[in-house]
Amino acid sequence: MDNYNPANLLLLLVILFNFFLLGSSRLNACIRSVAIQGGILSLLPLFLHGFSGHSLILAGGAFLLKGLAIPFLLLRAIRQVHIRREMEPLLGYVPTLLLGTLATAGAFIFSDRLPLIEIHRGSLFIPVGLATLATGFLMLITRRKAITQALGYLIFENGVFIFGMLLAEAMPLMVEAGVLLDLLVAVFVMGIVMHQINREFSTMNTDQLSSLRE
Amino acid sequence: MLELFLHLFLLLALSPLLPGVIGKTKALFAGRTGPPFLQAYYDLWKLFGKGLVISRTTTWVFRAGPVLALAVPVLAALMVPFGAISAPLSFTGDLIFFVYLFGLGRFFTAAAALDTGSSFEGMGAAREVTFACLAEPTVFFSFIVLARLSGSLSLATMFGPALNAAWQSAGPSLILVVACLFVVVLVENCRIPFDDPNTHLELTMIHEVMVLDHSGPDFGMILYGAAMKLFVLGALVVRLVFPGATGNLLLDTLLFAGGMLLLAVVIGVVESTMARLRLLRVPQLLVGTMLLSFFSLILLLR
Amino acid sequence: MIAALLLLPCLGGLAAFCLPSDRFRPLLLPVCGLGHLVLTFLVIQGGQGTPLSLAGNWIAVDPLSRLILLIVSLLFCGCSFYAVGYLRYRIAWGNRIFVSCLLIFLAAMSLAAVARHLGLLWVAVEATTVASAPLIYYNRNRFSIEATWKYLILCSVGIALAMLGILFVAYAALAGGAQVSLQFDDILRGAASYSTPWLRAGFVFLLVGFGTKAGFAPLHTWKPDAYGEAPGVVGALLAGGLTSLAFLALLRTLQIMEAAGDGAVAREAFLAMGLVSLGFAAVFVIRQPDFKRLLAYSSVEHMGILAIGVAIGGVATFGAMLHLMNNALTKGVLFLSAGNIHRRFASKRVGEVQGAITLVPVSASLFLLGFLAITGSPPFAPFISEFTILRGIFNGGHYLTGGLFLFFLAVIFIGMGSTVLSVVFGTPTERKGDPDYRETMVTTGTPLVLLLIILFLGIYLPEPARKLFAEAADLLEVRP
Repeated sequence: MDNYNPANLLLLLVILFNFFLLGSSRLNACIRSVAIQGGILSLLPLFLHGFSGHSLILAGGAFLLKGLAIPFLLLRAIRQVHIRREMEPLLGYVPTLLLGTLATAGAFIFSDRLPLIEIHRGSLFIPVGLATLATGFLMLITRRKAITQALGYLIFENGVFIFGMLLAEAMPLMVEAGVLLDLLVAVFVMGIVMHQINREFSTMNTDQLSSLRE
Repeated sequence: MLELFLHLFLLLALSPLLPGVIGKTKALFAGRTGPPFLQAYYDLWKLFGKGLVISRTTTWVFRAGPVLALAVPVLAALMVPFGAISAPLSFTGDLIFFVYLFGLGRFFTAAAALDTGSSFEGMGAAREVTFACLAEPTVFFSFIVLARLSGSLSLATMFGPALNAAWQSAGPSLILVVACLFVVVLVENCRIPFDDPNTHLELTMIHEVMVLDHSGPDFGMILYGAAMKLFVLGALVVRLVFPGATGNLLLDTLLFAGGMLLLAVVIGVVESTMARLRLLRVPQLLVGTMLLSFFSLILLLR
Repeated sequence: MIAALLLLPCLGGLAAFCLPSDRFRPLLLPVCGLGHLVLTFLVIQGGQGTPLSLAGNWIAVDPLSRLILLIVSLLFCGCSFYAVGYLRYRIAWGNRIFVSCLLIFLAAMSLAAVARHLGLLWVAVEATTVASAPLIYYNRNRFSIEATWKYLILCSVGIALAMLGILFVAYAALAGGAQVSLQFDDILRGAASYSTPWLRAGFVFLLVGFGTKAGFAPLHTWKPDAYGEAPGVVGALLAGGLTSLAFLALLRTLQIMEAAGDGAVAREAFLAMGLVSLGFAAVFVIRQPDFKRLLAYSSVEHMGILAIGVAIGGVATFGAMLHLMNNALTKGVLFLSAGNIHRRFASKRVGEVQGAITLVPVSASLFLLGFLAITGSPPFAPFISEFTILRGIFNGGHYLTGGLFLFFLAVIFIGMGSTVLSVVFGTPTERKGDPDYRETMVTTGTPLVLLLIILFLGIYLPEPARKLFAEAADLLEVRP
């Protein structure tokens, strides 16, 4: 296992950020962490596929969108509503961290049993991808504020991106561009909806959004 | 034999220098001149010359606390390699003995605090013990990682020559272990961000309040013991970060001493740049560190 | 030709955004709708259509896409005329976002229908989610905000899972040693050699992902809220157009599994999902106090019927194709007339809405007839399609499935009936609602026309239409 391969080190950083996101309550720090995570991920195609035109454009585009544009939109959304901290999540920070660690450990163990092709065996991509998916999912279901649910969605998409990088031949540039643009517009719309949520309810706690029921 | 004397000499002579270096670093950050480097030595000299005041409500436990606080680090130091100088005392499983030695010392310090019957000490004892409880799994996971890498359960071998090869084969794991052990050093020695050693408000103290009632030589023993504990635990981190050996004993000793002073500077920097965490967040951070060390174990096991 | 089909709504959306006048902007809708319909007819009759090449066959028209395009286009055209009347009634709210998003929505749906590359399909479906969210929010109250947020998050996460599924399918190609490509024809050609565990994993994720968008139970939780709070026009388009499109994506998944030889597993999954959806719908339709949420559960029910039809195969697949069209158009009738009733009474709850037949006679009778149609009463077309599916079920010897199917349909008929009848008949309630609301030609014309189409199809299926359905069904049949 070539440990000092820069791709592997970056992937480990991604996992560290996952842990930080699960345990942090400061929204500014969370948004910036997702931004850095997105930035790290956007550099990975360069390490994996070399400096070809395709990967340069992909890396540049991903960096601009995931690292700069989307966090900018989210920061603007919370600046207007003056939120600083998340409330205690549904499970509590420590249980969420424990679940996240268990999921990460499970991802590492599980990915060793997957029928991967030779060059991917032993690499960190699959386990880190699975762990990031699990982290995003945990954030989506345990957090109360709309903004952290949106962050959970972004982390989930980061996990999917990690998988996508293994299959660069299958994902031509246009599609990647389309995916990133879609993400940008989705976050844009989410930001607007969050603003409206706050205007309507004077809070961004989504457990207020429970009046529609049978 | 030589290692034994070298260990004792380094421990007894060098450990009071560490609080001095930390103090000077903090003063530098604050723009002050700060206390001199040898301040701890002066304090110890002064304290051992003073008389003892003992409360009527205390028993022999109160006297036993400082004695153990002094004896435990000395014994523990004999099992830890100081840099490239190998440990004089080692046997299989001594890592468990190491951890629980400190547990013994902590037990008697807490018991001595409770013995005084004062509520402040009790409060501090409760907090201290909680934090130590949460930090213990971290230490064990880190030790397991090292044990697996070196193939032995003895501290001398774990931190011995196998470390170089370990860095080559499991670098990321070891980086995480270094970070976790550094956090443990901060917790066990009551440094910011877990405890403020300079606070004078009893409600915010954790360690200082436990030793509030000790005076004179007893307090001197506690101070000395604290400095030695910092030295011993710090030696683990320093050895992990500088795994090499030059072969020349003098050079190794100097390198090790330099590493310890560098560690003290780093602790000083951390203390100056961070604020103390809210009490509720400390368990969360400790659990997070434990999970991080668990994760480094997972990384190793793949 | 296809390019024009896609560009027309895009340009329309852009024009709607730039046009400053609230009065004239809604007129863009029928213009684009009619243009789109005309182009759709031309594309359908033009044989294979001209495949656009953006690095390989990315966009092309096959029988399934022809069917879906026709459904979407018909429904949109009808709804666009309705929308003119609706927006005139709501002129005080402004309609810039509404109109432009509607047109972008149409563009995205058309793109998804003709996409031959899985990545492009994904982008288009996600685009429909994002374009329809502001539409749900049009009423701008706390309920619609809640509905919009749930819709946005659930559907986006679902679509992200679908992306994971697509990547697994590509990995199946990689692991099987075949050429790795997400172009649909390449996949169909090479699927036989794909690695089975990865393909199945991909299928599961695609099923869950696109199933969330289609509204299968238990992934349907956003549906009652979204359909309940959105304006009637939007509800019609979502229930008729978007669900058909999501079902198309699922059909493409089925095609892949068939080509890989794993069709049996896929069909079983579809059958299970179909029965679960029917069950959920049956439970929640009973005593449903809100008649728009009722329609959402009806939508879940019909997605279940479609899934069962496709799973059984043979003549049931033909029935399912027919049912796609019938479901879409009937949902149009139901949602549009329900929207009218809602407006007249300013409430959606059954306790407050009664005796609609006296106050808004045309809409109420359309609602009633639509209810009869959707629950499968002759002489309307859904009866034919549901009967065909049932015939396929019993011919294949799946007696338990058939029994459950009939049981659930009966329960739903009773449950829906009690709500619909109490809304339509009875003495009008004390609550005045909006007495100035008048039914106009525009707001009742479309549901009437759609209902007449359904009636016509139920009595006589013209040959070109039958050929369209048959070709689409053949595409899904097992190739020996």
